[in-house]
Amino acid sequence: MSNETTPIRPDPVFTPDAAFFWEGVTRGELLGQRCSDCMKITHPPRPMCPVCHSIKRETVKLSGRGIVTSWVIPRHPAPIGFAEAPIVALIELEEGIRMVSNVIDVAPDAMKNGIAVEVRYAPTKGGKAVPVFAPAKGGARE
Amino acid sequence: MSKFAAIAGIGQTEFSKASGRSELQLAAEASKAALDDAGIDPADVDGMITFTIDNSDEIGLTRCLGVKDLGYTARIPGGGAASVATIHQAAAAINSGACEVVLVWRAMNERSQYRFGQPMAPPSGGVVNIAGNGTGSLLWCMPFGAQTPASWGALATQHYMNTYGVTNGDLGYVSVAQRKHAATNPLAWFYGKPITLEDHQASKWIIEPVLRLLDCCQESDGGVAIVVTSLERAKDLKRKPIRIVSSAQSIPAEVEVISNYYHADLNVMPEAQGVAKRLYQRSGLTPKDMQLAMIYDAFTPQVLYQLEAFGFCDQGEAKDFIKGGNIEVGGGLPVNTNGGLIGEAYIHGMNNITEAVRQLRGTASNQVAKMTNALVSCGMAGAILSNS
Repeated sequence: MSNETTPIRPDPVFTPDAAFFWEGVTRGELLGQRCSDCMKITHPPRPMCPVCHSIKRETVKLSGRGIVTSWVIPRHPAPIGFAEAPIVALIELEEGIRMVSNVIDVAPDAMKNGIAVEVRYAPTKGGKAVPVFAPAKGGARE
Repeated sequence: MSKFAAIAGIGQTEFSKASGRSELQLAAEASKAALDDAGIDPADVDGMITFTIDNSDEIGLTRCLGVKDLGYTARIPGGGAASVATIHQAAAAINSGACEVVLVWRAMNERSQYRFGQPMAPPSGGVVNIAGNGTGSLLWCMPFGAQTPASWGALATQHYMNTYGVTNGDLGYVSVAQRKHAATNPLAWFYGKPITLEDHQASKWIIEPVLRLLDCCQESDGGVAIVVTSLERAKDLKRKPIRIVSSAQSIPAEVEVISNYYHADLNVMPEAQGVAKRLYQRSGLTPKDMQLAMIYDAFTPQVLYQLEAFGFCDQGEAKDFIKGGNIEVGGGLPVNTNGGLIGEAYIHGMNNITEAVRQLRGTASNQVAKMTNALVSCGMAGAILSNS
């Protein structure tokens, strides 16, 4: 992917309870939501801790390291905002949460479950960014 | 003696790709047909239930039908995953005394007026209202190119397929069985059009490596309606009552509709497991007591998950269970004998309920012999229906 090209990827949708996530990513930080009382990390974020019901919450910097739990390639109809069909993946982060993302720098033929990945950032058309994942240095982890 | 509710009438419009009339008209026509089937004057409807993503309005429909005094309404979250919850909530409303005649409906022009399966352009700016969809897809999937129901569903499914060695070729057995049923069902869009496993494998990838075109349900125009009343009242009406033996919803922790990625074990469908547990506990029945399963089949893998969740086979074994004609009429467990949402039409699960009613009445096109009990499931809700 060339950096010269104008980004066409759709912008993320900001909601009051998830704005911190996208704002962090746009600054180049992968943030999670942690309960200030019981320390539970929750994704997707929400305004109350489902374990202890605290509404006190803080953002925590995530490792950005994880493994591919599931992946697909949307072939038809072509997704809006992508020059080529992306690899859409579920990433299970070291912190024990899952998030939907893309895997980059892997050929579709070489794609498989269990690949160790680490976070990168991809710009969107409106000047925001989303977290994407590339193979971690050191390769697949069994 | 327990109180029971019963399905007293069913009705529908034709299923097409271009209805040529409004969604409200489809709703009104299907509703009138269901009330005529039951022998109930539309004026006497006093309850209405539908589920989210239906564009018709309860009050608009009362105006069409000339309903005298509507006393109860409910609109259930979850889209199609709530289709059988309409039966659950209708039974609860009737058994509680809240109302006496519940009209359940679904009517959409999801092919001609808009395209339900096309990528959704992510909204830009403003407040996004996803209440009632039961899914975080808009928020967490859109900017990564997962923009259709097929892509959201397939992303969870690939994990299951990888775990149990299920291939896309295996899924073809569901498509072939259901298209065989549709081929001999004059109500089905794919009437007279069976397919082979080769056709399935030759169809284009929608979501690689999970779903080909022939793994996906249709986009359909049409309406379906169901009338529910007490078993006692239903016995005095035109049709043999179809008893709601048990019904249930289940929305376990961290479960979402279709973008269902956050619960503990992606190899199972926890909501269907929850529905199964409640249905069997409440009825005292077991999987072996079912002569038919009508299973929400937006995409072929959903059938496999639910066969396992409802205990028709063991975990990971659905890929073998579906082979050898086992899920066809005449097989061990006939499934989706109308062709399902893949072969008949995609009326968001409602037409799978009406097929169960026809089977229990003995009036189905692909009639199963010796029907007593039918299971109907849409993942987050289910019911056991009986003609005894």
